[in-house]
Amino acid sequence: MNDSKGDIDNAVTVRNVYKNYGDVEALKDLSLDFPRGQLTSLLGPSGCGKTTLLKIIAGLLPATSGDIQVNNQPVTGPGPDRAFVFQDFALLPWANVMRNVAFGLELRGIDRSEREAIAETYIANVGLKGFENSFPHELSGGMRQRVGLARALSVDAEVLLMDEPFSAVDEQTRRKFQEDLLNLVKNENKTFIFVTHSIEEAVYVSDQVALLLARPSRVSEVIRPEGFRHKDANSIRRDPEYLDIVDRIWASLRTYVE
Amino acid sequence: MRYRSLLLKFLSAFIVFGAWEIAGRIPVSFAFPTFIESMAAFWALLANGTMFVAYAETLKPLVVGVLISAFLGIGIGLGIGLSRKFDWLVSPIFIVMQTAPLAALIPLLVMVYGIGLTSKVFVVCIMAMPVIVLNTSGAVRNTPASMIEMGQAFLGTKLDVILKIILPAASPIIFAGLRLGVSAGFIGAILSELKITPTGVGDIITYSRSIADYPSMYAAIMSIIVLAVIFLNVLERLEDYLFKGSRQTYVSE
Repeated sequence: MNDSKGDIDNAVTVRNVYKNYGDVEALKDLSLDFPRGQLTSLLGPSGCGKTTLLKIIAGLLPATSGDIQVNNQPVTGPGPDRAFVFQDFALLPWANVMRNVAFGLELRGIDRSEREAIAETYIANVGLKGFENSFPHELSGGMRQRVGLARALSVDAEVLLMDEPFSAVDEQTRRKFQEDLLNLVKNENKTFIFVTHSIEEAVYVSDQVALLLARPSRVSEVIRPEGFRHKDANSIRRDPEYLDIVDRIWASLRTYVE
Repeated sequence: MRYRSLLLKFLSAFIVFGAWEIAGRIPVSFAFPTFIESMAAFWALLANGTMFVAYAETLKPLVVGVLISAFLGIGIGLGIGLSRKFDWLVSPIFIVMQTAPLAALIPLLVMVYGIGLTSKVFVVCIMAMPVIVLNTSGAVRNTPASMIEMGQAFLGTKLDVILKIILPAASPIIFAGLRLGVSAGFIGAILSELKITPTGVGDIITYSRSIADYPSMYAAIMSIIVLAVIFLNVLERLEDYLFKGSRQTYVSE
């Protein structure tokens, strides 16, 4: 960890977490902090356990040992303080956009008129106004992920867990998503944990990039790309510091890639 | 497009019935009546009410058996799909049931349950239930994992996940199993009437064969096929109506 931690307020802390699948050590003694209101990426080659870590934080998988806390409360299962965005969107194919977005609220037992009012706001926020009655198969990949994002936002969790959310959408849509994500981090007072295998994407959107190495997975480095964070979305990709960091991460990762 | 498919259906029926008529006229066998003779016998059976009386009898074990198979079958299939232990405990029974030669088991059933309705319902269930159970459990087990995780991540209870995610996701395949089960149930109902006691449509078949009234025998057989086809079509309509959205493919690229 190359940054002074001091008394930064952490929304999520992970301490000495181990995760074994039978004999396979997926995570080994992994510790990491996630500062409140910031976006932290988990970056690494495939099979390095980044999705496993995310699901452990979500409470979807139990850790073999170790301590995970969200707002200083130990994680024992999924909770209202966390919402999840899935790589394959995980939409209900038989439900329209409105029901899909409101589904998180439906499961919390909020009555129909109220949850649909909330969902409507977020559908508009992600730019899907007018598609409330469309079904997932009628939407493009990018639009489907917007539905997934609106569903996660509508439950108003403090921590948003995103599992390679843009990997199943095309490159142009992906860039637009990344810009939108920057605005989201700026405007919503939420903590984002973002899994990706794209170095450029991680550096572009993150306040903090945690570099994970594979099998057993551990944090090799935490990088905080801060110099260009205040710049506008268009000029980041030309910023020398951005390019430097991308190069540096690639230099550390390339030895682990066959 | 619609007209053309309708036209093709008529054409296919025309070819089959035409071939039947020709085969009957040659004749292939003196026990093989022509299509027209069979239809005449069919109208006669309808007109004197024999057919209605027969179906009132045949439909009893069929409806009771199919209803039991549907409810119990979907319930058990759900259990098998959700729990490994339940799977090990129960699955073998249905695999045996599906592969067992039913005709050989019928004497055993008669010995235990007599020649009444119970035995016939059993035969229908043995025919209909395995395919319903096995389809349901397979469909439940194949629910996309991320959809279940989604339900858990958004704080759904176990019951929520089953009712709002697993069952709707599995419903197209459950319905396919139901359709197969119902057609197997038809076979079971007729088989029980031929093998246990000749009642209903089975009686028409047995009796008209014994007095060499072959047109009536074929009319009875035809009527079962027609009824089964109509019933399956109704089931398909019902499925369309219930799950309009879910007939689409799952969401992913």
